[in-house]
Amino acid sequence: MTSAEIPVLVDRIETVAQDIKRLRFVSADGSRLPTYSAGSHTILTMRDGSKLYRNAYSLMGPLDSEAGYEISVLKTPTSRGGSRFVHDYLHEGSAVTISSPVNLFELDLRARKHLLIAGGIGITPIMSMAEQLEKLGRLFEIHYATRTSRSGAYVGELKRKFGARVRHYQTDRSEFLDTDVVLCGQPLGTHLYVCGPAGMINDVLQRADHMGWPSQHLHAEHFTAPRSGAPFDVELAKTNRTIRVQADESILQALEAAGVEAPCLCRGGACGQCETPILSCNGSIQHEDHYLTDEEKKAGDKIMICVSRIQGSRLTLDL
Amino acid sequence: MLVDGIKSRPRYNGLSVNKSSRNHVFVADGDGVNAIADLFAVHSQDIGGHVTIVFAEHNEGKAEHAAPLESISADSVHIMPSIPTAINRLAGVLHSARMGTQIYASGTEALIGLTIQLAQAYGMDPQSVITEHRGSFARRVQCVHCKGFTEDVRTNIVECAHCRTNLLVRDHYSIRHAAFQGVCVDAEVPGDLPQVIEAFK
Amino acid sequence: MNQEFKNESFRDDYTFFNSQEAIQRFPFPFPEDKYMYSVNIEPHTKGPNGSVYEFPIDINEHYVAEMKDRAIVLSEDPLRCQALPHMMLAQWDFLELVMTSMARDYPQWFSLTADGDRWHWINRPLGIDQRFTFGDTATLPCEPMEYVGRQCQGDFSIQDQRDGQLWMDAGIITSQADWSLDFDVGMNFMQWHGPVPLAHDMGVFDRALRFLLNLKNGHPVRRLNWTMTVNSRLDTSPENYPKWGRDRTTVSLANVGEKVHLRVELQALWRLPRSNAILFSIRGYLIKMSELVTVPKWGRRMHRVLQSLPTDLIDYKGITRYRDTTIEWLSHYDDGKPTSAGCGPD
Repeated sequence: MTSAEIPVLVDRIETVAQDIKRLRFVSADGSRLPTYSAGSHTILTMRDGSKLYRNAYSLMGPLDSEAGYEISVLKTPTSRGGSRFVHDYLHEGSAVTISSPVNLFELDLRARKHLLIAGGIGITPIMSMAEQLEKLGRLFEIHYATRTSRSGAYVGELKRKFGARVRHYQTDRSEFLDTDVVLCGQPLGTHLYVCGPAGMINDVLQRADHMGWPSQHLHAEHFTAPRSGAPFDVELAKTNRTIRVQADESILQALEAAGVEAPCLCRGGACGQCETPILSCNGSIQHEDHYLTDEEKKAGDKIMICVSRIQGSRLTLDL
Repeated sequence: MLVDGIKSRPRYNGLSVNKSSRNHVFVADGDGVNAIADLFAVHSQDIGGHVTIVFAEHNEGKAEHAAPLESISADSVHIMPSIPTAINRLAGVLHSARMGTQIYASGTEALIGLTIQLAQAYGMDPQSVITEHRGSFARRVQCVHCKGFTEDVRTNIVECAHCRTNLLVRDHYSIRHAAFQGVCVDAEVPGDLPQVIEAFK
Repeated sequence: MNQEFKNESFRDDYTFFNSQEAIQRFPFPFPEDKYMYSVNIEPHTKGPNGSVYEFPIDINEHYVAEMKDRAIVLSEDPLRCQALPHMMLAQWDFLELVMTSMARDYPQWFSLTADGDRWHWINRPLGIDQRFTFGDTATLPCEPMEYVGRQCQGDFSIQDQRDGQLWMDAGIITSQADWSLDFDVGMNFMQWHGPVPLAHDMGVFDRALRFLLNLKNGHPVRRLNWTMTVNSRLDTSPENYPKWGRDRTTVSLANVGEKVHLRVELQALWRLPRSNAILFSIRGYLIKMSELVTVPKWGRRMHRVLQSLPTDLIDYKGITRYRDTTIEWLSHYDDGKPTSAGCGPD
């Protein structure tokens, strides 16, 4: 299933914190963008000459899409182009395309209480979730950790909207989010949602696990950016083609650059859509996804081409 | 182990300790108490924090369960006269419970099913309950016509305890109702019943 | 379409029949002379004018009578419409989808005007005029799924998506092919399909589930399913099996044409925008054997399909008692000539 692309215009750009810009998109033809569910993301496609950037961004409130979609983009020093392009080249009026929204970070509305934890830019999906929970009159609290006041986008907005339900922790003021304290004493039936840097997500999930929380009650937005590595060749068995995967691109990006249509959805190793059978591998597979089970990874007969790669010379795929 | 192949029936994987939990709530009936005793015999050092046991005593074999119950070191033990009273007591225990509470159920399928049902009512995912089947394979059956439950069904065909319809016990299980489905067996030709056999011992 | 709604019954005296036009647009489900399971899913996009695929939600000559039948079923057994508490957001999504589709595609019968959250809905065939606040359940006479489900042809279930599974946590089901909503509510995709023979081992449900988990808003999909029914009864629920089960013993060569019906379900699946749930619409179409054989290709093919069915499937679909009689009756409409590819009439 290739995702449905929606041509949009950048309607507004606003710097909301150090290295964080908030962008609003409206549809290019003036029609209303589809309503989306809290926790959804979209894939932003940008063209820079011959280069194509495709990055996933969480949609943030307002849920009523009348006014357009909003995302927040953090300029990362390690960016391979996507976030840098947004910061340096996109301007109000720029034409880009976005995919129709996909949700891999759903609220579990069976919960008796929702515990929302965010670090840094990970606040974006949490904002739409909080807005939805507020609309439904559900019990929730937000714990939001940032490094400095300048990196803390949306602290003010959140406090204004949700008042005492928001706790903000600012590292440079020596305020630390103590996961154990937050998790302790939560009522039975609480669900936890965490989004932020990989280290923080893993830490929170691990703490929750150590405190006896069942896995079904733990939700995280794992967006993995494809890791760089040594170049290698991908052989496509069905079409008998060989394509070079460069050091700083994913298999999926290399295929797309070569004009090969491969199924994909989240581009972050989470949804399972790009699972591809491996026919042979001359090297070792570096699984980076959150989709395959440990056994499947060990078996080594499939790979999620959006984030995983190999260390070796040649990978033959059933494509 | 119960026969596999019924897609809608939960898997009862056997009791194991959730070492991270600081509040362990065990629910059992009949021979299920031995599942707890067996677990404690081997893993008691892994079970930290508070331990509660809610035990539903069946009429038969009361004495048999006294010894295993005593072998378990628990902070509170509730011995209740039936499954429904045990489930009521469990509700009381869960009412003030916090996240990090681990619920275990061992014994008959009805006891396990009703425990999971209650855990769900307290917002817990049914798959978070650790279960072990012990004892009878008898089924709790819901009549699809009058919606009444018939307990302890051992035969392929059973008369509904409420509306008296002759029910065929189907291999279709609802976690929400904690019961198998019973459907009128002679609707097409009234009185035409297949042979009644003891199917669930 | 400029049609009258028929005054007809789906119980007791069974006065249901299809007009010539309804027969021509009947969604005959067999593309070849034999039948086997497949993941026959295709995009639910606009089909030819006048076909059942012309609009996302198809309203036809049986609309008013089917809604009357649904009201009878619900008054006798309220459990045929149920939603678990966490499904309220999805219920509103469902109401929005149905009302906007019906008002857009059938403006002569339905109208929807919205001023922000204040909605005004008019259903002329059923004589309903309702103002309400979208999202506020207290402003409707009942919960949104029941409200709109009582005004839209087809059964509906709503699936919550979580943990890589779909959970049937709500539904309004009054014309089902022998499955119980009350029993199945709360089950996941694998569990509620548990009783279906053969398909599990073929991996059909694994593939279908994977596909559905990635379904996108605005891109619904559809498939056809089918079974057979004696008499034009919509409510063939297990709950009421004692009422209709014996009908299966009443089929004879003399009455196959009138009594035996092919029942086709146009099943569509839609991602719901706010809740991320999946709506499953099961739009049923009945056709009598006597109506079916007025299309010669369908008469021939129906005869051949029934002969080719595996035993498990015959039992599961409940056709066992009258299959042979129906095949014999249909044999008079099968001259052995080849049939053309595809489902439609020649």
